[in-house]
Amino acid sequence: MFFSFFAELRQAKVPVSLREYLTLMDAMQRRIAVFDIEEFYFLARTSLVKDERHLDRFDRVFGHCFKGIETLGDPKAEIPEAWLKKITERFLTEEEKKLIQSLGGWEELMATLRRRLAEQKARHQGGSKWIGTAGTSPFGAYGYNPEGMRIGQQEGRNRSAVKVWDRREFRNLDDTVELGTRNIKLALRRLRKFAREGAAEELDLGSTVKSTAHNAGWLDLKLVPERHNAVTLLLFVDVGGSMEDHVRVCEELFSAARSEFKHLIHFYFHNCIYDAVWRDSRRRQIEQTPVMELIHTYDASWRIVLVGDASMSPYEIEKEGGSVERWNDEPGEVWLRRLLDAYPRAVWVNPVPERYWTGTASIGMIRQIIEDRMFPLTLDGLDRAVRRLTR
Amino acid sequence: MVRFEGTDTYVATQDLRVAVNAAIALERPLLVKGEPGTGKTILAHEIASGIGKDLITWHIKSTTKAQQGLYEYDAVSRLRDGQLGDERVHDIANYILPGKLWEAFEAAEAPVLLIDEIDKADIEFPNDLLLELDRMEFYVYETRRTIQARHRPIVIITSNNEKELPDAFLRRCFFHYIRFPDRETMQQIIDVHFPNLKHELVHEALTIFYDIRQVPGLRKKPSTSELLDWIKLLLVEDVSPEVLRSRDPAKLIPPLHGALLKNEQDVHLFERLAFLHRRERG
Repeated sequence: MFFSFFAELRQAKVPVSLREYLTLMDAMQRRIAVFDIEEFYFLARTSLVKDERHLDRFDRVFGHCFKGIETLGDPKAEIPEAWLKKITERFLTEEEKKLIQSLGGWEELMATLRRRLAEQKARHQGGSKWIGTAGTSPFGAYGYNPEGMRIGQQEGRNRSAVKVWDRREFRNLDDTVELGTRNIKLALRRLRKFAREGAAEELDLGSTVKSTAHNAGWLDLKLVPERHNAVTLLLFVDVGGSMEDHVRVCEELFSAARSEFKHLIHFYFHNCIYDAVWRDSRRRQIEQTPVMELIHTYDASWRIVLVGDASMSPYEIEKEGGSVERWNDEPGEVWLRRLLDAYPRAVWVNPVPERYWTGTASIGMIRQIIEDRMFPLTLDGLDRAVRRLTR
Repeated sequence: MVRFEGTDTYVATQDLRVAVNAAIALERPLLVKGEPGTGKTILAHEIASGIGKDLITWHIKSTTKAQQGLYEYDAVSRLRDGQLGDERVHDIANYILPGKLWEAFEAAEAPVLLIDEIDKADIEFPNDLLLELDRMEFYVYETRRTIQARHRPIVIITSNNEKELPDAFLRRCFFHYIRFPDRETMQQIIDVHFPNLKHELVHEALTIFYDIRQVPGLRKKPSTSELLDWIKLLLVEDVSPEVLRSRDPAKLIPPLHGALLKNEQDVHLFERLAFLHRRERG
């Protein structure tokens, strides 16, 4: 039983190795958790999961493998009728309410529920009679509505073991889902490249020994500068229009990037890069930086990150005069290529979820121009983007 | 067998207790992660006092090397002594300075060793400690001596997630993620720290606290340690529960917010929300 659990964990991409499995067995043998499914859950979690990103996956597998093991307790006494009634009334359609009437009304329904709870011995899923999950029986979780009339999982009942993993509290730590400032910082931190710069204040033992020897044994201290992050980055952020939906996540990316780099210079653009970008959104019409000037100012050692949803009309990329803002003599594609030629290390980060990319023509065009260096704005995508940049 | 059950100044949830006890029983390091301010470092102190052991702390900085935890050879002072003709210079052992790990290995009774903020160090740091933490022994090249742990110390390692830790290292540890306490646990934590607090005040303070954590876009969400500081301040300033409850839209920012909101952007965000709120009402 445990081994299939282990296999399923690996299948769900929780990186567990034999060593962790043996540790768990060892811990079981020493009776750290006995006769208590909840303790076993905690023990398995602490020994098999090594990163909070995998906790949610672990919870799901655990819930799947060990369903039916936990006991339902005695819920009869603990479901307040009024509460059930209220919830159900809120979510039921008129038709369903009629159905309830046809079953004999509320009192009858509650009586049936009690009877069934008494009959039922184990946890149940699917089917049309027993109380469980995802079924069509009038009782149980996920039956009527997504929030569910969740018997066995609501607050106020005894804290049964099911709840702990079924609550899935670690969902937002999964790296493919949410992106917080902290997560972004973590991803960006990969970009760090250390170089020695500035004041000499660290002892350089090697050359001290060497020069002391040269000095016929008299101590001659040699110092080297401390290491600093030497990565320089130009950040281009798409503002306005279709980007409105992604403002929050872009702000987070921005604030995280801000504090991570000493040399980070940001520019704004709209939809596509044309002859000029700007640094201050409020004064975009007055203070613009020509892209040519930018290319001449910053050399090719700078890396560039473009953040935008790349969702626009294809004309904005391939036709002169296609810009929605003002007349452009050369198409966006020319400018974009110019920028990419000047900075070989570039990526495009797209806040639009990856699965929708194929649906928009302009995303495909930009991807082609950027030679498939487009990554989604998730932790995983950012990670890949950063790895691409450091190559 | 020694078991950790929490102390009267620290609320340990069941999952944390299981993790700690597993680490103690199997003599493996316990890696603790979690939001800043949820009591990662305090945990080691509490384990030490809970099971009556000594605590040895090793705070890691970005410049810390694994070797420093084992021992350091003070070549410079030996060189100086050599030039001054000091007698001590003939024994190299005089210049071997034991580190925290050595200290923990030599202790008469198994101590609790806290390796604090391991992610601050260089990326190779955890790898360099693999063997030492696994076998609990290391070799001193200068004196040709193997230092072996007399008793395996209980090792608690904290990380703030600034760097990914190597897999090989993780495989040898137990892992626990301290998740942010729910309201019930938080109530217990407050009870432990301020036993004589008026129930109403706690209720109002917690409501405000969790409301603040709900506000989208906060740079730094306040955590347990900030809440405790804030309650301490509320007590010192003698703020009554009524003031907290009065949720006057003009005063959307809670009193003494300095303890909860730690940067000016967050305070601005709050002021802006208060302003919007007022405008909606007006």
